[in-house]
Amino acid sequence: MILSGAQILIEELVRHNADIVFGYPGGAVLDIYDELYKNSDRIQHIITAHEQGAAHAADGYARVTGKPGVVIATSGPGATNLVTGIANAYLDSVPLVAITGNVAVPLLGRDSFQEVDIVGITQPIVKHSYIVREPEDLEYIVNEAFAIASSGRKGPVLIDISKTAQRGKSEYHGNCNISLKKKKALPDIEKALKAIESSERPFIYCGGGVLASDACEEVLELSKRISAPIGLSIMGLTAIPSSYELNLGVCGMHGKYASNIAQSDADLMIAIGVRFSDRATGNIAEYAKNCTVIHIDIDEAELGKNVNSIIDLCGDAKQILKEFLALLKSSQKPNWINRVLCYKQTDKPVSAEGEFLPENIIKFIREKSDPETIVATDVGQHQMWVMQHYGFLKPHKFLTSGGLGTMGYGLGAAIGGCIANNKKRTLLFTGDGSFGMNLNELATAVTQKLPILIIIINNGVLGMVRQWQSMFYDSRYSHTTLNRKTDFVKLTRAFGGEGKTIYSIDQLKEAFQEGFPDDMPFVLDCRTDMDIKVFPMIPPQGSVKNILVK
Amino acid sequence: MDDRFTISLIVNNQYGVLNRIAGLFSKRCYNIDSLAVGETENPKISRMTIVSTGGEYIRTQIVRQLNKLHDVKHAIMLEEADSVSVEHLLIKLKTDGNGNSQITELLNRYGGKIMYIGDRFIIADLTGPTENINKFIVKCIPLGIIELCRSGSLSLSKNADDVLNINENI
Repeated sequence: MILSGAQILIEELVRHNADIVFGYPGGAVLDIYDELYKNSDRIQHIITAHEQGAAHAADGYARVTGKPGVVIATSGPGATNLVTGIANAYLDSVPLVAITGNVAVPLLGRDSFQEVDIVGITQPIVKHSYIVREPEDLEYIVNEAFAIASSGRKGPVLIDISKTAQRGKSEYHGNCNISLKKKKALPDIEKALKAIESSERPFIYCGGGVLASDACEEVLELSKRISAPIGLSIMGLTAIPSSYELNLGVCGMHGKYASNIAQSDADLMIAIGVRFSDRATGNIAEYAKNCTVIHIDIDEAELGKNVNSIIDLCGDAKQILKEFLALLKSSQKPNWINRVLCYKQTDKPVSAEGEFLPENIIKFIREKSDPETIVATDVGQHQMWVMQHYGFLKPHKFLTSGGLGTMGYGLGAAIGGCIANNKKRTLLFTGDGSFGMNLNELATAVTQKLPILIIIINNGVLGMVRQWQSMFYDSRYSHTTLNRKTDFVKLTRAFGGEGKTIYSIDQLKEAFQEGFPDDMPFVLDCRTDMDIKVFPMIPPQGSVKNILVK
Repeated sequence: MDDRFTISLIVNNQYGVLNRIAGLFSKRCYNIDSLAVGETENPKISRMTIVSTGGEYIRTQIVRQLNKLHDVKHAIMLEEADSVSVEHLLIKLKTDGNGNSQITELLNRYGGKIMYIGDRFIIADLTGPTENINKFIVKCIPLGIIELCRSGSLSLSKNADDVLNINENI
């Protein structure tokens, strides 16, 4: 069958179950958009307010569905607007296929109108990228791109398609199936099993890789089998239900006291699908220095990159854990369990229940929400509070920018997550700083009739930066006091949504009693105090010894 | 301990591949001392030899990070004792117009040859281990170097097999 490049792209998107894509049209993708118009019964295209929002939406969509998110943008500024979204997906290992148009081949390399070398610009933040000059190459490339994005350690792939390749015609086969090589045999787990069997104080450190390999049940079973408490990375937050007794919460700078202390007390750490980021480890010289580390990761380059692990197991977490479970006998360690449960007491709330504090706002909203609810955040203090206090019960429900720390990620991600979840009520916790960055996507949420409940922890300052200025820069609040007069409720109304300004827990309760519309975004602009800090905190470059609880 | 080491790799012979490799080195703060690249007997595949510097941590990381790139089919470390490495030098030296016995003697001793005789200069060619080339250049300085260029190191393992498994990896 002879098809144009743009038609081939559509056929391949359909073949890869990309029934919903996000994007923004423009000159260099006119041919692709013409085909999207003709194929609107097969592919739903969501137009956002800005390409960055589209990239974050595709990212949120991918995190919820587990399949690669697809984002389409035009050449030049359309393409550069994707950069933050691509970097965000790269740092959090989210499968994403970003498609950009580019000028016709004779115009490439001549600084033509809206021409940039987007492959060059994004090179350090993609798993792989392609420039497509001829329509003949497109079928194979799209297939390979989807295979790369969703295999091994997942991540973003960019396909830059010249106008020549979009308009030109080529034979289309429709049966391209790519299996990527470099498959490795499972590692030898004998040493690891011996270390686990001889451990008296084992600790499981569980990251995003557990969610990516769908190994949540195996981790839970391992924890029960060997009496190992579990600490989480922010990317692994939803892998284990917060209700599980031995789930101690997130480790790291703003992690829980119990998980950090237990991690340093352990004689064995089984680290699964984590990359030991600096925010998670603090001072690396002091980190886990008294324990044996077994590091399980699908990406060989993560093994030994940040932490000297004694036993490295490169492979799929689920498969490796299944082998563990087939061979490990039950071994209960009541003393160790009692000790960590004792630590857990320190993490009990100290604030009064009725106080209008971010922690209480989050807990109240959690109580009022179904465990299946998708929760997105932006970046900053509110993100840490949600991480600490929301209490997730189901995997894949938390959309947050863990690695890149992208302020402005939240609304786009909430849109993608809401659409992936059949437009059910979705929560976005944000701050007034983060929300200000990409609030233009309110327009998308209104047009798409998305019931996103946006909770702004509005303290009038860039709270996380202010916290550091307060603690480490002698309270010199350089450019973190915003002094804005933005009325987020009026603003949301102007976009076509609704909202309320909230000054107390009682007002919050009232708002929930009255309920929220099912077909539009609703803002709860919660006016909180600017000097509330996030605790616990391990100061930068500090170790667990330096942990501040208040 | 920071030592020089050599990595041998086979990559897709496509535009942009060199960029990806060089980009990986700069992004991860690794140094490239030399890089040589050329097509293999299979036109789809190029082979690179990269010489870099660093301790055990960097050696391991570089090879692992390189092997993650989609365009890299296989990258391995070549240990000095188990491999043959040579470099290629072209050097333009001043002469007094009638040839120069010192240059001839030096070239004979190092196994170089004269490729071109110009008016008051010659262009000579020398192939050999990097250390030999370094020594030769030092000896040439008093004779008057006009300009020179070096290829970067090329290395092959002394193992009887195709250590990169080219046929398996493409």
